[in-house]
Formats: sequence, structure tokens, C-alpha cells
Amino acid sequence: MNLRKRIVIVGATSAIATHCARLWAQQAEVNMTLIGRDLEKLNRLAQDLRARSATSSIEVQVGSFDNAAGIQATVDSINSAERLDIVLIAHGSLSDQARGQIDLTYCQNELLLNGVSPVLYAEAFVSKMLANQHGTVAVIGSVAGDRGRKSNYVYGAAKGLVARYMQGLQHRLAGSGVKAVLLKPGPTDTPMTASLKEQGAVKLAPVEDVAAEIVLAVEKGQPVAYTPKKWWLIMMIIRHLPRFVFNKMNI
Amino acid sequence: MACLSLPQATELIQKAQPGLPFGNGRSYGDVCLNPDGLLWTIRGLDHLIGFNRETGRLTCEAGVLLKDVQALVVPTGWMLPVTPGTQLITVGGAIANDVHGKNHHILGTFADHLIRLKLARTDGEIMECGPTLNTPWFAATVGGIGLTGLILEAEIQLKRVPGPWLTTETIPYASIAEFLACADDSEADWEHTVSWIDCLAGSGGRGLFMRANHVQAEQRSEPKLKKSRLPFVPPFSLVNKMTLRPFNEAYYWFTRRKAGRQTVAHYQPFFYPLDNLQDWNKMYGPRGFYQYQSVVPREVGLDAITEMLKAIGRSGEGSFLAVLKTFGNRESLGMLSFARPGVTLALDFPNNGAQTLKLFERLDQIVSEAKGRIYLAKDARMPRALFENGYPQFQEFLKYRDSGIGSAMSRRLFGF
Repeated sequence: MNLRKRIVIVGATSAIATHCARLWAQQAEVNMTLIGRDLEKLNRLAQDLRARSATSSIEVQVGSFDNAAGIQATVDSINSAERLDIVLIAHGSLSDQARGQIDLTYCQNELLLNGVSPVLYAEAFVSKMLANQHGTVAVIGSVAGDRGRKSNYVYGAAKGLVARYMQGLQHRLAGSGVKAVLLKPGPTDTPMTASLKEQGAVKLAPVEDVAAEIVLAVEKGQPVAYTPKKWWLIMMIIRHLPRFVFNKMNI
Repeated sequence: MACLSLPQATELIQKAQPGLPFGNGRSYGDVCLNPDGLLWTIRGLDHLIGFNRETGRLTCEAGVLLKDVQALVVPTGWMLPVTPGTQLITVGGAIANDVHGKNHHILGTFADHLIRLKLARTDGEIMECGPTLNTPWFAATVGGIGLTGLILEAEIQLKRVPGPWLTTETIPYASIAEFLACADDSEADWEHTVSWIDCLAGSGGRGLFMRANHVQAEQRSEPKLKKSRLPFVPPFSLVNKMTLRPFNEAYYWFTRRKAGRQTVAHYQPFFYPLDNLQDWNKMYGPRGFYQYQSVVPREVGLDAITEMLKAIGRSGEGSFLAVLKTFGNRESLGMLSFARPGVTLALDFPNNGAQTLKLFERLDQIVSEAKGRIYLAKDARMPRALFENGYPQFQEFLKYRDSGIGSAMSRRLFGF
């Protein structure tokens, strides 16, 4: 019997996903499939993971992200007889809010990429996993999805969609053998947030720490996990601020 | 500007100039600063390329931290052959500063264990070099403080170890002469040697000599590393005349109790004692600190170190982070590498402005007379003459300098 964990990561070359993949590969032997857009980057990560875990099996696959048929095809290309243990859906881009407000095509693409695309992936994988009554599907949302703010509601709205969708999935999956986990990282030190870092506006959490908390939350099958944990409190306050206070804030 | 992949980095450095490769920013001086230009941060180049568990060959991108290398390879029976006092630095930074460790007399510097490295120049050229390949480029790049190009990746020969444990021994000494005798005695049988010196004990030079060897220890639990952090910058240096003497006194007598018996230590606290106190540098207050690390030839070592300690003792400056160590009888590969045969003294000094700098002038004089040199990775202020005398190959080095790269240090010491 094969006891190796079977893991699929969508958007594997994103910084958070990369660090999760390293943690999983270093914990134990795994059979992992990395799905991404750029074959060169995927191969670079696969090489890195093979160096860390010589006996793991690491495969790469270029996937589709912007249309339902392509997403379905990408998911179908994973051997359907396989029993998946973990699926992490991690792709996204930090939208340029100002551009989204004047360029509707850009806005649409961002909403699709950050909101619709991840939940279609989740939906497609959940169907496969339900057949085995086993596995955890985890999607990376964001604290930005908790309340719309003028500084990034294009991104926030897409992540809000992810949050509501995952809530629905969790409701549906209750009592089944499949778990759905929504992860909500705060601002994390990754290439995606390099511009935030240069502005020096926020303190960014180290990506290694965020990844470690994600791996733990996935293992526990926690329905919602804020990482770092303090963001649970911060976002609870922000969600509950009365509008007359909230509207005066420049966030 | 962030380097995220090898192709992207190669392209970036052709466009964004003048720049400077920037690893994890742990150098003490201005070697990693570029106030008039850009920094090319390499932490995004953090992928491993290959690790052969049979041969101990590791190939990785330059932004990988030594900490991540050690965490991966030590459980497989390998270790970085040379490691400095912190593992929170990048492989690229370790090469560019050609760092050394406590085992210099046996294994030399970091560059001695490189098989090859890949260098990107700002004109778009990508070059491989190593000890037997494009050798002059290799000699310029190791210890070349980032000025010959951006190091993209490196292949390192690791060292076999029986595990993460070391057997250690502490020997108190009461004078520099005693220290030197102890170092000589230990060279043949001990891989790691270092000593803590009480910089306020005057020319006497009281201290604690520590030596260690890798050892096969029975399975014992790894130490739980307590990570603590200095939460804020105190308004003044916590290291000052009031605290230094009592601290040194206490440390000396406390650690001395270990003398005469061998103890088994995990490699992490032994090699990297400061890594578990994050932001330890904040204890020096808002004005920060200097480190002054020099090496003087062995023949004049006793006199020069004695003179330096006298000068430091008179000034009352200094800190408890003071290290005295001998280097082995081997020259380094790099044109600007620091390590050379002799005795090296490294001391932190809280920045007390003019009076600290005045003390350094006196120390410079002693180093200069002894025909020694100062470590570029630690320096923020040495005069040009001392640099040129200490690093006689600097003219040769200039031939390999990349004109698209500059740093605060290069402008200070080379004039451009």
C-alpha cells in the first residue's frame, strides 16, 4: 500500500505555495503534481523539491487558469483513479486597484483570475475527491476579502467571492470525508507584494511562517485559518467598525 | 529591485544600474549598501538545483540561506565545510565576502569548497568560473564584495559529518601568549578553535579558549531553540561602560566553570550563538555599532594584539562580543579575501561618535605597522591607504570589476 501523500498544488510557483511544497516534501516522501502557467518556473521548482526530497516523485503540468473548459481539462488530466490527499489552490495576483477602476477589461481579468478561477478549480477537484470520500482542498483567500476597502476592493471582492464559495462548499461537504479549508494570509513578504514593501506601508509576514501555518491548518482541516493568526483579531475589528468610522479611514 | 529567477535577474542587471547585489543584509558595514544606486535583492533566487547525497555536492541559487542548507544537509550526514558565526546569510553573500569559520586552519575559507559558480555581468554575459575554470575571474569574484557581477548559482562540496554534535572544551587563558600557545597546541587535533576575550582586561588579555570536534553522539534530542527577539531599539546603547565590565566579569567566571571537562554541544548554538536572539544589534541603541576585525601576521601577532588591547582598554570602549582567533597557515584564493595566516581580533564597539573613530585611528596605526588588514565585510570606515596596503592585489582586482556595479564601500575605497 502506498502511504505517500498525494498532493496537487495549483499555482505552485507562487511564493506561498512554493514554501508549502518545500515543507511537505521535507516532512515525508510525497507524490506531488505542480500546476502552473510557466513550464520553466515549474521545472525550477520541481528541481528544488527533488533536491530536498530525493525519493519523492514530483511532476509538473502546465495548466489553464482563465476558462472553465481549460480548468476542467487540467483537473481531468490528473489520474482520476488516484486518491488525492491534499489539493492546494494558490494562484492569484495582487490587483492594481487604480487601474481596475479605469480599465474594465483589466478589472474583469483580475476578478476572474483571483475569484472565479480558484473556485472553479476547487469545484472540479471536490468532485474527484468526493468519489473517494477523502482529501482536503485548501484555497488561499485573503484578509482583503473580509471587507471591501477603497485601496484594494478589486482584489478584495475576488477574494470575498472565494470566501463565500468555500463557505458553501464547507456546508455541502459537512459529514463527507472531504474537507475544505480557506486560508486567509495577511500581507506576506512575497514577490507579489514587493511594491507594498517598497512603499514600506505595512509590515509583511515572513513567507516561511505563513506557509508553516498553512501546512498545519491543512493538516487539521481547519475551515478558516488566518495567517499570521493576529489577523483574525484585526479583521474582526475592521469588519465590525461602524460605517461612519470606517469611511473616515484611509485604508 | 528583486531578482526572482536566473533569466529575469540576468535581464534586470543589464537595465537597472548602477546596482549592487544584496543578499540578507547582514554585513556590518557598507559593503551591502548603495545609497546612490539600486540594490538587486537576491532572496528570490532561493531554489536548490541539485543535491547528491552520495558525493555531497550541492548546487543552488545564490539567494539560498546557509540556514536552509544546513537544515537540509545535516540530517543526511553532510555539513557546510566552512560557516561563519551566523547562518542567516545567503550563499552569494558568503562567496562575495569569502567568509571563514572556526576551522580555518583545517578547511580554509568558503571559497575553498566551491566547485564552480555562475556569474552574470551587467553586459549580459554569463560566465562560469571555478578553481580550475576561468581562474582569474574566480579569484576576483570570491571575496570580490559583489563588484565583479551578480553571482547566480554555486556548486559546493559539502563535508561529511557524523551528525549534528560536537564535543567541546573550554580552556581559560590569562595572556595573549598563553592564548597563542593554546591555539598552537590545538591546531593538529581540533577542527574548530576560537576564543572569547575580555577586551577590558588590559594588555593581559584574559579570555576563554574554546575548541571542538565533530563527534558521533548517541541519539539525543535536538535542543529546543528558544527564539527571542529584542522588541524595540532602546534609546541608548545597553552596552556601555556601566554594563560592560560586570558583564565580562560574570561571563568569564560563569563560562570558566566548564573548564577542564568535555561537553557535547549541538552545532547550532556552537556555531551560531547570536542567531536565536533576533535583532540583537538593536541593543546598541539608535546609533548602532561598528565592528573592527583585523588580522595581523603571526610573527608580530603577540605585540600587535597586545598593543590593540592596551589601546582599547585605555579608551574603555568595546563590548562583550570580542573574538580572538588564529588563522591557519594558508593564503585565501580571492584577490580581496580577508583570511590570511596570522591572528585575527574582532570586536564590536557601540557607536560613540568621534571618540570611537579616534580609537579606530589608533588601531589602524597598529594594524598598518603590523602589515595587517581589515575585514571588508565588517568595515564602514577604514581609510583608503590602509585598504590599499592591506590588499595589495586591489589593482589586479580592478581588471575584473563590473562597471555597472557600485557600492558605498567601492566608492569609499576605490573612488568609484
